Amino acid sequence: MPYDFPDARGHFGPYGGQFVAETLMEPLARLSEAYARLKDDPTFLAELDNDLKHYVGRPSPLYHAERLTAKWGGAQIWLKREDLNHTGAHKINNTVGQALLAKHLGKTRIIAETGAGQHGVASATIAARLGLKCVVYMGAEDVERQSPNVYRMKLLGAEVIPVRSGTQTLKDALNEALRDWVTNVDDTFYVIGTVAGPHPYPMLVRDFNAVVGRELLVQCPARIGRMPDVLVACVGGGSNAIGMFHPFIGMDGVELVGVEAGGYGIDTPDHAAPLSAGTPGVLHGNKTYIMADADGQISNTHSISAGLDYPGVGPEHAWLKDSGRARYVAINDDAALAAFHELTRVEGIIPALEPSHALAYAKVLATELGPDRHIVVNLSGRGDKDIFTIAKREGISLT
Amino acid sequence: MSTQSSASGRLNATFARLRADGRKALIPYITAGDPHPGHSVALMHALVAGGADIIELGMPFSDPMADGPVIQLACERALKAGTTLRRTLALVSEFRQTDAQTPVVLMGYLNPIERFGLADFADAADHAGVDGVLIVDLAVEEADAYLPTLTARGLAPIFLVSPTTPIARVATIAEHAAGYLYYVSLKGVTGAANLDVDAVATQVAALRGVTQIPVAVGFGIRSPETAAAVARVADGVVVGSTLVNQIAEGVDQPDGLPAQLTATLAALRRAMDAG
Repeated sequence: MPYDFPDARGHFGPYGGQFVAETLMEPLARLSEAYARLKDDPTFLAELDNDLKHYVGRPSPLYHAERLTAKWGGAQIWLKREDLNHTGAHKINNTVGQALLAKHLGKTRIIAETGAGQHGVASATIAARLGLKCVVYMGAEDVERQSPNVYRMKLLGAEVIPVRSGTQTLKDALNEALRDWVTNVDDTFYVIGTVAGPHPYPMLVRDFNAVVGRELLVQCPARIGRMPDVLVACVGGGSNAIGMFHPFIGMDGVELVGVEAGGYGIDTPDHAAPLSAGTPGVLHGNKTYIMADADGQISNTHSISAGLDYPGVGPEHAWLKDSGRARYVAINDDAALAAFHELTRVEGIIPALEPSHALAYAKVLATELGPDRHIVVNLSGRGDKDIFTIAKREGISLT
Repeated sequence: MSTQSSASGRLNATFARLRADGRKALIPYITAGDPHPGHSVALMHALVAGGADIIELGMPFSDPMADGPVIQLACERALKAGTTLRRTLALVSEFRQTDAQTPVVLMGYLNPIERFGLADFADAADHAGVDGVLIVDLAVEEADAYLPTLTARGLAPIFLVSPTTPIARVATIAEHAAGYLYYVSLKGVTGAANLDVDAVATQVAALRGVTQIPVAVGFGIRSPETAAAVARVADGVVVGSTLVNQIAEGVDQPDGLPAQLTATLAALRRAMDAG
């Protein structure tokens, strides 16, 4: 099927767009122009490819999880090892790209927001490498539950600002980052960490992460002998999922499944699954599915994973849901945690809590499908940052 | 456009009257329901008593991205006190029972309006006696889907113009706007540092080159001196965070707030009228 989104104004069907204060419209226009000019520029692309290969460590392997496949007794489980990237998650793919854009735009300061800290670490990392000043906004609650990443950012020379307004999580960090950008638009580049926010961010973050899917287009025929049957990825804002899905959107035989954070269950108020249990609305510069109350106030969310604990989602996912090209499910905290332990013990890979949600759903799916079917799970990040959260939840003292 | 001229009757009349008197509009902002919906109507009347020509009434939102901490906290107080968009509209109705003249502009973010339903909101706002609507996160590029519904009910679409807005874009915004243009005097959020009056004078002069719509200036105006300086170059002066700060400080004794707001506005009014 033909797929050419977003349109010139950044719309994915009825979603996306630019819903921001006037001060940001011109910087967004300049960013759009710069990206349009650079995205096909051979020099820029060569720089990007060089960074992805020699700094990030790409391509990431496609690993056949044979013991897990045997344990689950169904479809073949393959893991796209984004956890092996420099800094330990897919987030670096996008920050390398955006930092190059910042450099080409002559900006000297980058700001970022972060939930679990992976995007903050990736931003601080690339800022250190390029000699840019870096400020990272992080909800005060997330600063608490992701302390190893906070320390990592500080070691890298970034200033981490705990955000105490609102719910003190990712959505409030995003508000603060937008405020900083409005105030410092002249010298500052806002590195958005997911495929949400105003156009062109959902598009450019997608394009930078689509390297994941493009590698699979080569790796799957080589390793599996054909394209996979299902791609499964977790969805908070949705950057790892869209990066994996995007090159496959036109390939009807490949099913795309996004896994949201079900928290304590989508029949409770304590989850972070806007596609599964939210409604269309406007938040953080774009129209998309969000979680809001009957008066349109943004809801508090809950997930065991700070990286998924967000009331919105990228607008392209909203469109893929409505158009039926992808389907979205929710996995609760407990199931994600069980999958975390299973992968760790059976394959010797400690996954982040985010992709543990995707794994948990892959398990459900695997048992429904025969061994001649192939499921690729985007293992979007490693779990080092989450061990304190998990230990605390399980009542284990690490000190 | 005919819809837009009818959309801003009370606002146009206000600016025409001020022009005839050789005065400038004083436009205070407060957040509806802050500190409690029970106080808001008295505070609105207190603003008029202090010399307000137009009232900007904030529709509280959980995530006011373009506002600073002062207004975010005001939104949090208002929401905690049970303020909803429906309740905000009811406050305007109640205000209208004793003040048929002072224009009221609702200011806020899109999501509560979307959830209310745009057409239902426009009907209710019109019915309540609202004159204009300023949706902070609605850029003119996305406005096609929203403006006809507002203007058909006589609600003036107020738009922000910022120091980063190129002049060609100002012209586009002015084509869609009615009532007044709200010139954001500095890059930053509400409640930010004091503004540079000379820069504002230059920018407002540039705006006048492309539009006839009155220009009100806001963000960073807190002293009578600054208000007077801005009034010399613009058609209106918007004052927000400094009033909201007063409300925040008086939360424990809300009965004293109306007199305080009246006094603050009166000082601004005197400075502006003195030229």
